[in-house]
Amino acid sequence: MPEIQLRNVTIRNCRNLNLKIKDGEYFVIVGETGAGKTTLLNMIAGVEEYTGSVLIDGVDVKPLPPYKRGVGYLFQELALFPHLSVMANIGFGLKAQGYPKNVTAKKISFLLELMQIRHLAGCYPHQISGGEKKRVALARSLAPSPKTLLLDEPTSGLDSRTAKYVSTELHDILKKMGVTTVHVTHDLKEAKRISDRIAFMANGRIEQVATPAAFFFDPANTTAAEFIGVPNPGPP
Amino acid sequence: MAFCKNGRFRNLNLWKIVPVILFFILWELAARYGPFAGSAVFPPFSAVLLEMAALFKSGVMMKNLASTLGRVLAGLCIGTVSGIGVGMLMGWQEKIYQSLSPIISLLYPIPALGWLPLLMLWIGINETLPVAIISIGVFFPLCYNTAAGIRSVDTQMIRAAHILGASEKRILFQVILPNAAPQIFTGLKLSSGMAWRMVLAAEMVAIPTGIGALIMKAESLIRVDIIMSSLVVLSLMCLFFEKILGVMEKKLIGDWTDNA
Repeated sequence: MPEIQLRNVTIRNCRNLNLKIKDGEYFVIVGETGAGKTTLLNMIAGVEEYTGSVLIDGVDVKPLPPYKRGVGYLFQELALFPHLSVMANIGFGLKAQGYPKNVTAKKISFLLELMQIRHLAGCYPHQISGGEKKRVALARSLAPSPKTLLLDEPTSGLDSRTAKYVSTELHDILKKMGVTTVHVTHDLKEAKRISDRIAFMANGRIEQVATPAAFFFDPANTTAAEFIGVPNPGPP
Repeated sequence: MAFCKNGRFRNLNLWKIVPVILFFILWELAARYGPFAGSAVFPPFSAVLLEMAALFKSGVMMKNLASTLGRVLAGLCIGTVSGIGVGMLMGWQEKIYQSLSPIISLLYPIPALGWLPLLMLWIGINETLPVAIISIGVFFPLCYNTAAGIRSVDTQMIRAAHILGASEKRILFQVILPNAAPQIFTGLKLSSGMAWRMVLAAEMVAIPTGIGALIMKAESLIRVDIIMSSLVVLSLMCLFFEKILGVMEKKLIGDWTDNA
């Protein structure tokens, strides 16, 4: 599984970002709305222009189109294709990338089973619930076997119980598959529960990268401390 | 007639049919017993039906209807293909949209019939005239709706398709166009009604055959029953086209939209 590196990356309000995500890591990015979390994901996915370098497995992926970066992306709005059934949504990327029919069918079947949505295979997105839509979108992004998965607020809009269940389930599935995951959230409890490491972003900057324990017990600065709701850190 | 226990009609379609029946009854009564009773300028509905049957039987109506239908279909085809084509280009390529939208915005508000005098001078009074005027009338709403439909497709969906490895062609034909289809169908429905209105006007003014021409001949003979028969046939054709488009829309996009 790949390692992701950002070297002096600049895009809109995000300036000179430097970050290293280890291979197979479940990396969570937290921060207020507008901090630049989604922009960072868009950059890694290659759907927005940027300056600087994004390296995946040591290779600068700037000249590569999004699908050649080996990245899957679960958008916050899910962006399911409303005119395609659940099965066709999952198979869209496989068909687009020219997978043979039998491989496509096997992969779709595996993912339907993995996400426990086999009974929804023939349904259209408007016929299923929010939680089910998230599973479909996740299955769709996993179908072409990406080495890295980008998750943009995958539990937003779900009630707290379902959100906890979905995020834990997501974490377990992706860990089992060994996919390097970058998960954006503003839910601190969720970040604490599932992350290997946490990055805190504010105003387009990465303020701190740490393990959950270090982040929550030793925030790097006042902004981070205010964000997690602990007293301001004193001088070292 | 099916009633529920609470006395309401079970079949709500009755509420669509009853006013129509009432309208025809009132027409019949007004023509027979109203101030114009017995006058040729306001024949009863039954007389119009009988005249319509006679016109069909003699072949006059079929011959004229065939001419009109041919013009409508030709104009609709040309206007639809060009309208959707240009609309697709405008919706898909920002530069083309920026270049063409001022021209489209300038020409779209001109009533289609406003083109008639110009077209009469440019292409003369012949079979091309009604086809050309229908094409123009169909082109603008379709072009506008297609471009607007394509431009309103969710950007995230297009990004998702890119990340999943879809080519530009696949994205256009398998993501964008299906999602723009509801708006394209709105344009098509608008256009089909427009086509029938315009062919009638063109035939009344300039062409010696077709339903419009039949109406003009009937007017000179003060045959109101023929005029009304022709209008009823025209109205039915309009409804028929709308129904066909409705069925097509339901078949193509009904599964995943509220039209299901």
